[in-house]
Amino acid sequence: MDAIAADDMLLFINAATTSTSQREFHGGADEQRLSLDFLHDYVIGNYRDLYAAALALDINDHNAALIVRKLLETTGDATAGQRRVEGALIARRLRVLPPQRVYDLFRALRRAKVNNRRTRAIIREWVAGRPDPAFDAVKYRTGLKRALRHAHVAPDGELGPFLFTTRDHRRYDTPLLETWRRAHYEKASVYGLPYTVAEGFAAKHGIDRATFLKRIEPRMTRLERLRVQESARRGNAAVAVDLGQMPLTRLASYVLSLPVAERAERRDELTGALRAAAVRAAGRAAGGWGRVAAVLDDSFSASGSAQKRRRPLAVALACHYLLAELAAEYVPLWTSGRTDALLAYPFGMTPLGERVLDALEHAPDRLLIVSDGWDNAPYGLAAEVLRVWRAKLDPARRVAAVHLNPVYDAADFDVKRLARAVPTVGVRDAEDVPALVEFARFIEGGTAFADLRAHFDERVSRFLEEG
Amino acid sequence: MTVELDLTGLTTRAAQVWGGVRLVPLTRDEPITGLRLHARAYRDDPGVVELDRRTHYVSYIPHGFVATWTDDDSPVATYGTQLKRDADDAGPPEHGMKLRFRRRMARRVDRNRLRFLPLHIAVEGYLALHFGGPLIVWDEWSEHAIRHGLSPRVEEAYSGAEVEGLVDALKHFEIHPSQCGVLVYVADALAAAFVVPHPDDYRALHATLVQDMYGELVHQYATMRAAAPRFDVRLTDDVASLADLRAAAAREQAEWARFHDLTMAEALLGETYSARRVYRMGDYTLSRFLPTFRLKEENHIGELITDRDGRTAYLKTFRLSEAQTRRGYLLSKLAAHDWHLATTATALGITVRQLDARLQRVGLGALLREDVRARYRAA
Repeated sequence: MDAIAADDMLLFINAATTSTSQREFHGGADEQRLSLDFLHDYVIGNYRDLYAAALALDINDHNAALIVRKLLETTGDATAGQRRVEGALIARRLRVLPPQRVYDLFRALRRAKVNNRRTRAIIREWVAGRPDPAFDAVKYRTGLKRALRHAHVAPDGELGPFLFTTRDHRRYDTPLLETWRRAHYEKASVYGLPYTVAEGFAAKHGIDRATFLKRIEPRMTRLERLRVQESARRGNAAVAVDLGQMPLTRLASYVLSLPVAERAERRDELTGALRAAAVRAAGRAAGGWGRVAAVLDDSFSASGSAQKRRRPLAVALACHYLLAELAAEYVPLWTSGRTDALLAYPFGMTPLGERVLDALEHAPDRLLIVSDGWDNAPYGLAAEVLRVWRAKLDPARRVAAVHLNPVYDAADFDVKRLARAVPTVGVRDAEDVPALVEFARFIEGGTAFADLRAHFDERVSRFLEEG
Repeated sequence: MTVELDLTGLTTRAAQVWGGVRLVPLTRDEPITGLRLHARAYRDDPGVVELDRRTHYVSYIPHGFVATWTDDDSPVATYGTQLKRDADDAGPPEHGMKLRFRRRMARRVDRNRLRFLPLHIAVEGYLALHFGGPLIVWDEWSEHAIRHGLSPRVEEAYSGAEVEGLVDALKHFEIHPSQCGVLVYVADALAAAFVVPHPDDYRALHATLVQDMYGELVHQYATMRAAAPRFDVRLTDDVASLADLRAAAAREQAEWARFHDLTMAEALLGETYSARRVYRMGDYTLSRFLPTFRLKEENHIGELITDRDGRTAYLKTFRLSEAQTRRGYLLSKLAAHDWHLATTATALGITVRQLDARLQRVGLGALLREDVRARYRAA
């Protein structure tokens, strides 16, 4: 029983780390959504405590929001003790979620007609904890309005009239609200608003895109800057983006979005930024991993889907730079056989088995495989190589091997595994790799449920203390 | 002239399975550079083929390929695969069918895309190409058959898009860097073989496999939705070093290639075909081939371009259905006996009347003159 529970939880953590209910290379969005939904229902039905505790782990935002929603939907099933812990976990997790996700979650709760006392209290508390209510009111106007209405909260001061009355207001004392009001007829005020809101006003005033981008630039967030790079170039406007401060995986995604020729041209700049991000992510662990051999998947399936463009490849690229920092001696092996990581593009089949053999020949201390697990040249060779190698050539487990998989497989309710002999963990961002490799020990050795439970409890208490 | 398909230079690689469809890639260690897909097929994407002005190579245009060759902007479909001397030759193919689209339809076609004929037209043309019709005017053959060959005779064929799962299989297939061909299996029945001279050509044409024609047998098998087994690799535990492990893996790969070539593709590769040479240009010969029409067995027809040594540079096959095989069988017998009914009947060991009935049953009755058929019936 305990063994099954441990397996179920590990599977759920893998799924919650990787799946986003979006299209993947090998599966449609509906398939992914149905599969993930089922998994959530299964886990909340059987292991409610652990399900809530997952909020303290490195799962992705989509799943965190889904967990919160499912917990609130089934408040009636929880005991008083469970509710207390869940409440604390939910409040803590909502604080670290991006606000647009939280407003989406509130909207989903409203649609599902979940309006119990606990839900209202959680919404009220979260809204009250927002650092700048006026900013939220302008940027997430509809979201905030609906959340307040759903939770029966009367906002303070001018927010009430701003959100709920029709436009007969003369003037606001809150500067941002006043800017918003003026932006309706005064072009200069548009540039005092958040980018997404200003964009609408710019269209309304017919402001030329280049001018608009030039003047709104200081108000843009880091991601917005990254996102408008291409459209800015088309409009002959430059939006400065500080690649030096970008998180590693995000940066890898950006690099892969550039044409190969441009990457070659900006090689020094891009490599420098990727290295710097990797150094930050590696932190004090840098250089402490000994000899590392990595098998990195740049096969055609690493192109992801229209929704997750080149995501698997971006994770592999980010891992490449991170591992280079973590290792004392590092051997990267791309499945395509190419050696220039910066110019990686998804193409060709996935001969994982051969590459694993190549990697083992370098006699590494650690073997990492970053792949979606569709080992097809030929099928199952990697699994057999790893099985025989573990059984006959390395029975003492001298080499620590971990398979990191960035893609959720809807049919298996888990990430695709390569072999029993090597643990497979789901990975979202390369930055989590050191933690995930630690976590892999639970998967490797048929973990006792008690150990896993203790790990969860420890993570939960740490998570709650931090906030 | 009889030929066997010679796939020397092509290596069978590990298959990729999606549902009931198995795609077996063929790779070339050394791509053929003397024969390339006509530049027109690559148009607007010149980065793909690097044309060297000094080397003259022969180029081919696949059957059914639609392109605008003339200034008047009307699309022309290639009728039978053709060879051209020079990639710069922008003249229309010698055997072309002018297509008349209504304006709206033509506009909807993406100009940058490789286009092929809607295949019900293409497959009819295909079979008509193989059987020219009676050469000697025997009394019995109706005027129509003599004047127009054996066309029009509608053969049942389905475009790849209608074959269940094929679209997904092609979409998810990971093309090998040196891949020059593929064998398509549906429910592990060989549906088609496709070989091109160069990996770039293959990459350009991979997606067009969806627009190809497949017989009704293939279509039916695909609707059964039975998943094809993946044949996962199994290695022995009997290894002492990594080198042993690598050798075992290599053995497995070779074993698969052998199994595939000798068992799975036996009916295509082990068969001898009667080929008709259509055209010869430089080192390359274009021919069309027919099987011996063994009843109740696998039969493939196709087009083939071979080099001087008889090695396959371009190959495209179509698997006949049972009914088509029966038809082909009778036609080949008739053709072998100069389209003379009485001789053919004797050779088959039946009476002329029975032969007439058989032709009627397989849908070739219209080829005989009505008064002649009445005479047989009366006799």
